[in-house]
Amino acid sequence: MNEVALLIAATIASGTPLVLAGLGLLVNEKAGVLNLGAEGMMLVAAIAGFAAAFHSGSEWVAFAAGAGAGMVLAAGFGALAIWLGTNQYATGLALSLFGAGFSAFVGVEYVGKKLAERTSFEIPFLADIPFFGPALFRQHPMAYVAVLVAIGLAWFLYRSRSGLALRAIGESPDSAHSLGYPVRWIRLAAVLAGGALCGVAGAFLSVAYAPLWVEGLVAGRGWIALALTPFATWRPARVLLGAYLFGGVTMLQFHLQGAGVQIASQFLSMLPYLATIAVLTLISRNPAWIRINMPASLGKPFHPSA
Amino acid sequence: MSSPGKRVWLKVAAVAAVAVLAACGKEEPPPPKAAAPAPEAKAPAPPAEPFKAAWMYVGPVGDAGWTFAHDQGRKSVEAEFGTKVQTTFVEKVPEGADAERVIRDLAAQGNKIIFATSFGFMEAMLKVAGEFPEVKFEHATGYKTAANMRIYDAKFYEDAYLAGVIAGAMSKTGTLGFVGSFPIPEVLRNINAFTLGAQTFNPKIRTRVVWINTWFDPPKESEAAQSLINGGADVLLQNTDSTAVLQTAEKNGKLAFGWDSDMSAFAPKAHLASAIVDWSNYYKRAVRDAMEGTWKTERTVWGVKEGQNDLIKIADRVPENAKQKVAEIKAAMKAGAFEVFTGPVVDNAGKERLAKDVKAEQDWKDKVDFYVRGVEGKIPAAK
Repeated sequence: MNEVALLIAATIASGTPLVLAGLGLLVNEKAGVLNLGAEGMMLVAAIAGFAAAFHSGSEWVAFAAGAGAGMVLAAGFGALAIWLGTNQYATGLALSLFGAGFSAFVGVEYVGKKLAERTSFEIPFLADIPFFGPALFRQHPMAYVAVLVAIGLAWFLYRSRSGLALRAIGESPDSAHSLGYPVRWIRLAAVLAGGALCGVAGAFLSVAYAPLWVEGLVAGRGWIALALTPFATWRPARVLLGAYLFGGVTMLQFHLQGAGVQIASQFLSMLPYLATIAVLTLISRNPAWIRINMPASLGKPFHPSA
Repeated sequence: MSSPGKRVWLKVAAVAAVAVLAACGKEEPPPPKAAAPAPEAKAPAPPAEPFKAAWMYVGPVGDAGWTFAHDQGRKSVEAEFGTKVQTTFVEKVPEGADAERVIRDLAAQGNKIIFATSFGFMEAMLKVAGEFPEVKFEHATGYKTAANMRIYDAKFYEDAYLAGVIAGAMSKTGTLGFVGSFPIPEVLRNINAFTLGAQTFNPKIRTRVVWINTWFDPPKESEAAQSLINGGADVLLQNTDSTAVLQTAEKNGKLAFGWDSDMSAFAPKAHLASAIVDWSNYYKRAVRDAMEGTWKTERTVWGVKEGQNDLIKIADRVPENAKQKVAEIKAAMKAGAFEVFTGPVVDNAGKERLAKDVKAEQDWKDKVDFYVRGVEGKIPAAK
């Protein structure tokens, strides 16, 4: 029983960066902008966060630095993709490649450095409940922040006026434009918010999860976060679920091995990615699911004059 | 549609992109010393040109583990020979098509001896060795040789055995955890030695193994360590290259060892001892052999006896009897009187692999493909 509780706890920890990055990309995409640069933003944010934590000793400064780094890169992407109308796919890919190289370059002297000792976290009282305590209430605070962001985002997108405007821009920027909404500025705001969330996710990896810096630390989690949005048919609650599912499969493969289950470890390493393909296949069996939820103008540039 | 203004912008963006790419290109870590050929070469009456030696690493020199240890060895060569030898290194070379290109480059640059420090470089090195008969090639942890290529290795399992002795004395749950990279004889030997060592103090001890199929991926290493801890393991050892396993143990209030280099600073509470490897004696000898023309193809496997392996920085919390036992065994190893794999060695299916009182030969150790009794589970992909 205790082992199951610990597996749940590990799943949540492993899913948290995916929740944050996935939600960030969801905001982007709801406004009609596809940013394939998630991996690059997370990498640069990871080293920015690590460096900030190393010099300041504070995790929260590190998360702020990560968010800032993510936003700077996102702003560059936004300027190119929103104002200059560059191809969003190509620009995003370039951002990912740039982020990978740049983070490795600036991070050289932080390889093998150690952060100040961290305290463990538990929510008083709740953490002592049998089973649920160790499973749910001894997480890093950021795990709870991620859940709150998901709830807040669901409320924002579907219950607030500005959320409606954001979604409208993702569906039909021309209509929103004719109603007088500043389409480009709102898209930029969405891209910046996405960059900030990806940044926090990257900083979480290097400061709280690993916690150390090496080149390529993010190891493909940005791409998994990108797969999460169609996986979740662009719904915040489902992003949350999907992220934990991915985290769960990742952790389960190690737990099965540790428990002596006789499956080739190479096969288990493949599982998270197999799950992605399986779910994407299932979703696309019903085109209506996608059509209803996918922003109609996703990936298309907008020109006010057109 | 495309106004001139937009075109200008596109050009600016393109130029900027090229500039960024160019800048990225410069970031590729060329070993600073490699690029500069000795400028005195053309001067009249030049001093004797330094003997050039090169190292090719699989990881970054800052990994605090495997590659770091090799680089310490390279530095010891510099310290020993001074200006007579010029050393170069290339780090983070993937075990694949690039390896061959890098080795060939190093040979073409005039290096007289080249060390490749990962198992996966073997075939690439063998191929290039055939093209440069006058260059000496040295491959760590492999098994193939040529007229101008020889191999060297260390007895990591002696470290693992000593760590096991401490683990057996420290474990309260009776379950040890091992984070494995790839199921190759080298790693299997370490798992087995760790378990055999632990049985000195606790014959009933169990070792659980989690394979991650990589040498270096800190998040993965810590996830694997976490799953072992969740499964009840309270002392961990790893055959991977970062400090992640040790740090995960620290976070969970469990115990672990440093591997490949002194990692005591990374986890003051969890750290029990560090298994280290010191390549400097071998590297100094190999370079001297090549300089003096005494180099010949052979296989060198050194361990605690030759000062190549050691278990250091044993924590104060380790009980006195365990410390004593480690000291005794280490002394016996130094005297050449102790062999980790001495029969009877029984695998975890109950089959005898080494008869009573027989000391394992090198050939036996090269072919280890089983877990000893006490290790749980089956080796992946093993039939």
